[in-house]
Amino acid sequence: MTQKPFLEVKNLNVAFPTEDGLVQASNDISFTVARGETLAVVGESGSGKSVTSLAVMGLHDRKRTQITGQAFLNLESGPVDVISADDEVVRKLRGKAMSMIFQDPMSALHPYYSIGNQLIEAWSLYNEGDKAAGKKRAIEMLDLVGIPDAAKRVDEFPHQFSGGMRQRVMIAMALINNPSLLIADEPTTALDVTVQSQILQLIRDMQKEFNMALILITHDLGVVAEVADRVNVMYAGKIVESGGAEDIYYRPDHPYAIGLLNSIPKIGELDSKRLVAIPGQPPSLINLPQGCSFRARCAFSDRVPGNLCATTTPTLDEKSTDHFSRCHLPEAELVKARKEIGGK
Amino acid sequence: MLKYLARRLSATLLVITLVSMSVFGIFAVLPMDPAALTCGKACSAPVIEANRHRLGLDVPVTVQYGRFVKGLFVGRDFGEGAAKFHCPAPAFGYSYNRHECVTTLVAEAFPVTLSLAVGAFVLWLSVGVSLGILAARKRNEWQDRAATAFVLVGTSLPTFISGLLILLFVALKFNLINPIEMGRWVSPLEDPVAWFRTFIFPWIVLALLYAATYTRFTRSNVIETSSEDYIRTARAKGLNERDILRKHTLRAALAPIVTLAGLDFAGLLGGAIITEGIFNLPGLGRLSIRAVLRDYDLPTILATTILAAVFVVVANLLVDILYAYIDPRVRVAS
Repeated sequence: MTQKPFLEVKNLNVAFPTEDGLVQASNDISFTVARGETLAVVGESGSGKSVTSLAVMGLHDRKRTQITGQAFLNLESGPVDVISADDEVVRKLRGKAMSMIFQDPMSALHPYYSIGNQLIEAWSLYNEGDKAAGKKRAIEMLDLVGIPDAAKRVDEFPHQFSGGMRQRVMIAMALINNPSLLIADEPTTALDVTVQSQILQLIRDMQKEFNMALILITHDLGVVAEVADRVNVMYAGKIVESGGAEDIYYRPDHPYAIGLLNSIPKIGELDSKRLVAIPGQPPSLINLPQGCSFRARCAFSDRVPGNLCATTTPTLDEKSTDHFSRCHLPEAELVKARKEIGGK
Repeated sequence: MLKYLARRLSATLLVITLVSMSVFGIFAVLPMDPAALTCGKACSAPVIEANRHRLGLDVPVTVQYGRFVKGLFVGRDFGEGAAKFHCPAPAFGYSYNRHECVTTLVAEAFPVTLSLAVGAFVLWLSVGVSLGILAARKRNEWQDRAATAFVLVGTSLPTFISGLLILLFVALKFNLINPIEMGRWVSPLEDPVAWFRTFIFPWIVLALLYAATYTRFTRSNVIETSSEDYIRTARAKGLNERDILRKHTLRAALAPIVTLAGLDFAGLLGGAIITEGIFNLPGLGRLSIRAVLRDYDLPTILATTILAAVFVVVANLLVDILYAYIDPRVRVAS
């Protein structure tokens, strides 16, 4: 990437104080996304994917969250750290510099207001002009995201739209002010399989159209392979592997990533093979013990010399060019491991 | 929408008819003989029979009901000869205890109850809803705790306690109510100040109870709505907190309160028996309770009961129609 990244996240920590202790939901996260680039964030539920992006958007309740670290938006007017900036400053970046779409389009739109009303509301936050101009822009956006008969449907209510159409509306609303960064938090999870690829295609088209930086949060590795430039694999609040999409796909370095890829059923093998799962559960994020968070579920921890996995938390190291991993496993063992369970 | 209205309206009429029939039926089978009760001191069997005829109770109950319904529409004559009285439509009956058409009694009592209900309604709605919103916004802070204390006191103090306490230790002690004039009905059109002075304490007593319930309801609704996905969407758009609360949260959180408020208000229109009793207000509640406990005045009881039912049923209809305007999902489904 020759361009300066639009978003630079540095050592971001997000924690929630609870009665049982401090939940460390996001742990020392650093990454960058440039305009036109797609970063996929994968990991199972509770791995800190959404928590991290909500922190970037400033959508956590500051009273109930402890956030440290930095997240710079490199705006034309200069960089702004959205973590340390005033609430009011961050609010005025939301919907304008950065936008977000959510998992469940069924509940993400206000049921009492028409689609048009909600789009115009978003538009008028950052644009001068009367309602008619806003409506014109709303129809334009609905048209762009592929809502048929947009001029008529703009006056309809969310419950009159199907799930896929509602997600299109959400996308139209998120993009109405031409943001530089779009965070899509599992945008296809709640949709029918047939609709999923359409929505994904739409997001990619829109990314090109608006030249946006895109963070795609998902646990669907198929989606990742299709659209991502870079991939962050998250586990127990940490990035455990980070690299180019091809690297992650063909040369996964972390046993968790290897396990994730291995759990995808492959057409042709379905009859002969049971679905493969990673055994065990992710650890509690309260008082994470010393050492590697994944070691209890890791198939290869016994190959690490000494008792390193239990005593020392692995750091995110560059194992090969622009390919980072948080694992103690020596390279030779890793190649063996990949062959053993990857089968690739 | 028109079809829906027609359907709801006919259903409402049906319910009112059924209610009036059942009330009528219940009074017909009561082990109480109005003819004997109105007999007087020198009572004998022929007098009772004559009374029964005079009261129109010597015919089958279906015929009685028919006369009752007819009276509602065209008015009705009670008694015969020199003792004949005419009650114009809508005639609910004739009270032989009060020597007055029931409709007249109700018409005199209703403005009192209406004043009481409207004032209390305005008071409890504004206090309850704003306190509920405040408590939800300042969750777990002192404002929230204060509101919780208010809810606890308000819901656990029965009106006959709070009413007496306020009457004795505030209104009478500080000479805010003249005990001789207490409960004297003054029309707000004639003397708004006197009207206000008559009703302010009854309003407070009634509103205390309801405001507590509404505070609790509003608080939990606002908190629940605040965690909805569409509120997060509103925040992600870049809306400020004030607009999120005003346009997004409250619209959804307060919609169910319309239903609650409509029905509570209608319930009060039937008469607030205890409050009216404590403050000596000559409203529908007092009218009913006197008819029940002192006079065994069946026509009056019949009228107030049916009226109370009509208020509730009509309020139900209005609330449903109103709700269709508030919630577009209801509008389309109907």
